[in-house]
Amino acid sequence: GSGGFRKRKHDNFPHGQRREEKENVNPSSALMMSFKSFQLELDTRHDKYERLVKLSRDITIESKRTIFLLHRFTSAPNGEEILNESEVKLDAVRRKIKQVAQELVGEDMYQFHRAISPGLQEYVEAVSFQYFIRTRSLISVEEINRQLIFTAEDREETRNMTSSSLDKQPHTWSLKVTPVDYLLGVADLTGELMRLCISSVGNGDIDTPFELSQFLRQIYDGFTFIGNTGPYEVSKKLYTLKQSLAKVENACYTLKVRGSEIPKHMLADVFSSKTDLIDQEESLS
Amino acid sequence: MSVSEMFIALQGVLTADQDIREEIRKVVQVMEQTAREILTLLQGVHQGAGFQDIPKKCQKAREHFSTVRTQMESLKTKFPADQYYRFHEHWRFVLQRLVFLAAFVVYLESEALVTREAVAEILGIEADRERGFHLDIEDYLSGVLTLASELARLAVNSVTAGDYSRPLRISTFINELDSGFRLLNLKNDSLRKRYDGLKYDVKKIEEVVYDLSIRGLNKEATAAAGAEK
Repeated sequence: GSGGFRKRKHDNFPHGQRREEKENVNPSSALMMSFKSFQLELDTRHDKYERLVKLSRDITIESKRTIFLLHRFTSAPNGEEILNESEVKLDAVRRKIKQVAQELVGEDMYQFHRAISPGLQEYVEAVSFQYFIRTRSLISVEEINRQLIFTAEDREETRNMTSSSLDKQPHTWSLKVTPVDYLLGVADLTGELMRLCISSVGNGDIDTPFELSQFLRQIYDGFTFIGNTGPYEVSKKLYTLKQSLAKVENACYTLKVRGSEIPKHMLADVFSSKTDLIDQEESLS
Repeated sequence: MSVSEMFIALQGVLTADQDIREEIRKVVQVMEQTAREILTLLQGVHQGAGFQDIPKKCQKAREHFSTVRTQMESLKTKFPADQYYRFHEHWRFVLQRLVFLAAFVVYLESEALVTREAVAEILGIEADRERGFHLDIEDYLSGVLTLASELARLAVNSVTAGDYSRPLRISTFINELDSGFRLLNLKNDSLRKRYDGLKYDVKKIEEVVYDLSIRGLNKEATAAAGAEK
């Protein structure tokens, strides 16, 4: 296209000869040289961004799968097994996060934050869900970040490395989940806890719902304490959080009121219809 | 740590963050004021009489840039040096504007594109990230694109003012700039959107050159330019 363009332009100029000299851009001029270096710089930056987006997506998918796995957790005999399996999965996620940390060595993390933020939030959700099932408490951001310090010594990498370069310094990489990513992850966690609550009632477990409503209320109080000091996304999640809390509280209410009337073995039936109702609501909103 | 303690700690972090942003906004506001002053000063070149004292205007603009440098110094102290991109969006706009103004001054003085290093020096910042508060490449390129639109306007006005040779020189410059930008693989972001406007500036300037040449108005001008070579 540009060839025809130029030709037409030349027709406009009677002094074609001289114009051409001026018009033709010297490919090795200072300006062109600097733009060539800009091209390299921008491409490098975009490539890194794309790699991080891909890692973030992988982290998201694996974290989601871990959450699904954890939902299968019941106090049944295979509970411990599921927890162990989830730990293996989370280890795999952390290996991906290690790659992210390696990509970000020497970079300003916030420059690429938009690429990795969704993955990190999902990871926070998964890891805090597992932590809750284990300990019935909220994992702190410091605890999460402690698990995201990687050294070259662990995992299979060491074998390859030590064989090639024995004198190589053991490097460490680390990634810090930002407070905002942590908060958004925790806000998502509450949705999972709500689901856990409803399904545990379905399984005839009547202690977990009360524990959960207690815990969710604490988190809700925490979020209201932060209120609008946080960024917009945090306040946006507050609304969904309120809904989850209401569902859990209503479940507890029903348990309390009707639990004394209904024989224990029928509780599950009462709640399975209740669960349907909630699911319908959810699909509407 | 209890849940409420955790949230109190987080709230503290968020408040501290907001304070930093507030401080940055204050400095950026002052910088925007300075940028407007420089722009007003340079706008004078579009007026007929303005063409005569371009050097004087550039001189004055350069004096204003020393104010910018002091303001940059104060901006640097408002946040941790390694968190540039965390607060980037607060000064992004004004920085692009200042790049444009610096590039405009340099163009008026020497009719050349200011290098990234030179802009950084004029603004009292660094050219690369490793050395501190720096000029992001995308901000630099955005500023340069603003320069292109301004030059398209200057080409029109210089004809009105009777300066028939300037549009030709601007045309050469913009064409080179256009070829430069064509080397870049831009993503679908704001920079790309601004780059898409460049072709209209190129077109505008070509029209001006065309108008001049069919009327033979650029005859002496081209001859002079040819003699220079």
